[in-house]
Amino acid sequence: MAIIERPTGEMLRAPVGVSPRTSLGMYRRPVETTGWRSWLFTVDHKQLGLMYGITAFVFFLVGGLEAFMIRLQLAQPNGKVLSADAYNQMFTMHATTMVFLFVMPMAAGFANYFVPLQIGARDVAFPRINAFGYWCFLAGGLFLNSSWLLGGAADGGWFMYAPNSSALFSPSHGVDFWALGLQITGIASLTGSINLIVTILNMRAPGMSLMKMPIFTWMILVVQFLLLFAVPVITVALFLLSFQRVFGATFFDVSAGADPLLWQHLFWIFGHPEVYILILPSFGIVSEVLPVFSRKPLFGYPMVVFSGAAIGFVGWGVWAHHMFASGLGPVSVTVFSMSTMLIAIPTGVKIINWVMTMWGGKLRFTTAMLFAIGLIVEFTIGGLSGVTHSVSPSDTQQTDTYYVVAHFHYVLFGGAVFGIFSGFYYWWPKMFGRLLDEKLGKLNFWLMVIGMNLTFGPMHILGLQGQPRRMYRYTTDRIGEGFFNLKFWNQISSLGAFILAIGIIVFIVNVVRTTRGPANAPLDPWDARSLEWLTTSPPKVHNFDVIPTVSHLDEFFHRKYAENEMTGEMERIATAEELMKIQEDNAEQNIHLPAPSYWPLILALALPITAYGVIYNKILIAVGATMIVLSIFGWALEPSLADDSDLEPPAPADGPTKELAPIV
Amino acid sequence: MSELAVDTSSGHDAVASDSRHDHTPHDDHGGGHGHYTSLGLSNNKLGMWLFLGSECLLFGGLISTYMLYRGRTAKGPGPNQVYDIPFTSASSFVLLMSSLTMVLAVTAAKRRDDGNTRLWLSVTALLGALFVGGQVYEFTGFYNEGLGFTTSLFSSSLYTLTGFHGVHVTVGIMMLMALRGILTKNRIVGDKAEVVELIGLYWHFVDIIWIIIFTLVYLIPA
Repeated sequence: MAIIERPTGEMLRAPVGVSPRTSLGMYRRPVETTGWRSWLFTVDHKQLGLMYGITAFVFFLVGGLEAFMIRLQLAQPNGKVLSADAYNQMFTMHATTMVFLFVMPMAAGFANYFVPLQIGARDVAFPRINAFGYWCFLAGGLFLNSSWLLGGAADGGWFMYAPNSSALFSPSHGVDFWALGLQITGIASLTGSINLIVTILNMRAPGMSLMKMPIFTWMILVVQFLLLFAVPVITVALFLLSFQRVFGATFFDVSAGADPLLWQHLFWIFGHPEVYILILPSFGIVSEVLPVFSRKPLFGYPMVVFSGAAIGFVGWGVWAHHMFASGLGPVSVTVFSMSTMLIAIPTGVKIINWVMTMWGGKLRFTTAMLFAIGLIVEFTIGGLSGVTHSVSPSDTQQTDTYYVVAHFHYVLFGGAVFGIFSGFYYWWPKMFGRLLDEKLGKLNFWLMVIGMNLTFGPMHILGLQGQPRRMYRYTTDRIGEGFFNLKFWNQISSLGAFILAIGIIVFIVNVVRTTRGPANAPLDPWDARSLEWLTTSPPKVHNFDVIPTVSHLDEFFHRKYAENEMTGEMERIATAEELMKIQEDNAEQNIHLPAPSYWPLILALALPITAYGVIYNKILIAVGATMIVLSIFGWALEPSLADDSDLEPPAPADGPTKELAPIV
Repeated sequence: MSELAVDTSSGHDAVASDSRHDHTPHDDHGGGHGHYTSLGLSNNKLGMWLFLGSECLLFGGLISTYMLYRGRTAKGPGPNQVYDIPFTSASSFVLLMSSLTMVLAVTAAKRRDDGNTRLWLSVTALLGALFVGGQVYEFTGFYNEGLGFTTSLFSSSLYTLTGFHGVHVTVGIMMLMALRGILTKNRIVGDKAEVVELIGLYWHFVDIIWIIIFTLVYLIPA
């Protein structure tokens, strides 16, 4: 993507004979547009989006494997699959992986790929910072998981309450890896949030006011603001934890007079907005999918936007509902109980809007649509059990039981994950030019729906019966009888996990088969509504031949359809192919795209080196710190847009169609 | 580091403010370079403001921790025993004056007066270094009076809070010196005045945080 030929319909990605100027006088800039180097040094938002997605999916499989081990252990009384210690590590890393290494980066992947396309931009605001964010995520994820091989992973539960996080109760390096690893992925989230906010606010196509923005982009904007303000709080908490474990401070040590509630407050001030960080991107995806497959505009678009923003605001005032059992006192409990009930309102508004979008629509039950409807149903179930948690007397009964586990898996698996899968099926043809198989897709959907309800449904019963979460086994003589038999429901739950796993395998089979098949997806397979479909599939390197001027919400739809003044009906006036032809005929010349760079990768690599140094060896800290400083200077001195002298030889003058744009 | 590069062709403010109207939309290529933006505010500046917004929460968390633990001195010395208010007032004054010199650097950059820009950047960095030096001196004194990092919850949270601030000032000094060097070698791509202004924003932010820390940590009696 360093060199962009004037678009002539067929975009050539082949490198042109160019040797760019050296950066810092020593190093050649990367210019490769094919091969592994083009991925390693890329700053292209689409490539980075795919890299985020693929990496996050691999971590999804890792986290899924950990979940599967948990269910195997609990499938029988007196489970012997895992030791108590291994079990602790398993559930801690399952949650950490799913939250920080799967759902968040997967949402970041979708956002990276589709936000610039949806707002009619050619890339994000800070392409190198974007690449840096991805490499931080990968480095942090690998660093975290390397603890498995280096003496054991973190074992204090994903919210790592004191005193479980202290060296006394968790003597391995697991918690150190956890704290430092999340610090690194936190940098990815923070830089990503700044980047995407600036992109969305500043780089919209002309005419795209905020209220004409696609709803997915809106939800991503809300999420990025949540990240921007939530990440620094966990950063503080993790620093305090690291200082306690590495330097011997006593921030959370009750015996030294500390207040362990400090950790809980800091963690949940981050942790509750985090819940919305996980779910809102999926809300955005289904808000795109439902109108398309209902052939109706999104019902009450402003309400969906404002309820999303309202969730973003109120999400900051509910964190202590995670701490009802900690003895906060009646006033705090009442206030947080009320605010938690309040936040159900904007969430309910969204559900009503989705249902009303479908109401009277011409529904097409594609796999993407099924997953979207699945989200509405399963998330509503999870939302309702969430309301029971907001009632503090009831919550006090449910705290730390499987009832809570049931609740958050319904909202996160039935919500966030279903939304992500809906996005896979909906956007796959856009990303790869291939349609995922619908038959396998439906099989995938039904296996996942049945699997998740079998896995997480019985957990309500188990929890209300008093089975505590994180209990590594239950004994035969305490399993109870009849309907309340712990063994029976645990077996059902484990069976469900098995079905879920088959569902995921069907998805992988579908992906492999589709990837081997021909790239023959139509330009607009779903009769879609938003701007990302106003380009080829997969999109060109520069996204749009002409930056569209936006005059409507659902701009792409309104370019295809217009109201018949006689009948008042919407009638098709153009096909996607015709619109694409217009784009290509008016293609802009000299499109400037950001040049690849080494520095994001080097800077991100320095972080785990430093982190290993903190745990093992001070010399490594020095190495890492030196790398950080040097790469920051290299970065700052490297022009993100190379100048014309970088073009050697200068643009060949064989006609206007071969005009070269400078590397930028 | 924010993305410093801005398109060279529209070098300065006057052009930048007009660009919203003059440039046709297809000048917006992405990639963080100047020209048309939806808000009319440059990407770099908006990004810096967002970053500083995030930093507020970072210091918010650290200050909360300190406020919670300020009275928990265990057997070690407490705030009233170690603080030397007149000395810290003087070093605070030095830091606040560095904001003034930073403003002078920014205005000089806007006048495209490179000599004075470099001068005031150096003075700012010097004043910042004086402040950090004062902090090191002060902490050494605390340590000698028996207040180590792990002495008490008070000492841990004090050193963490002021340490984070000190690191921010130090990073700021490095940025100022680097900026001065890059200016001398004329290696800034794009709008010089804006780059100076961005670092100025960061610098003022760090100063404002110090005003809050000074008030809460030193002036309010424990």
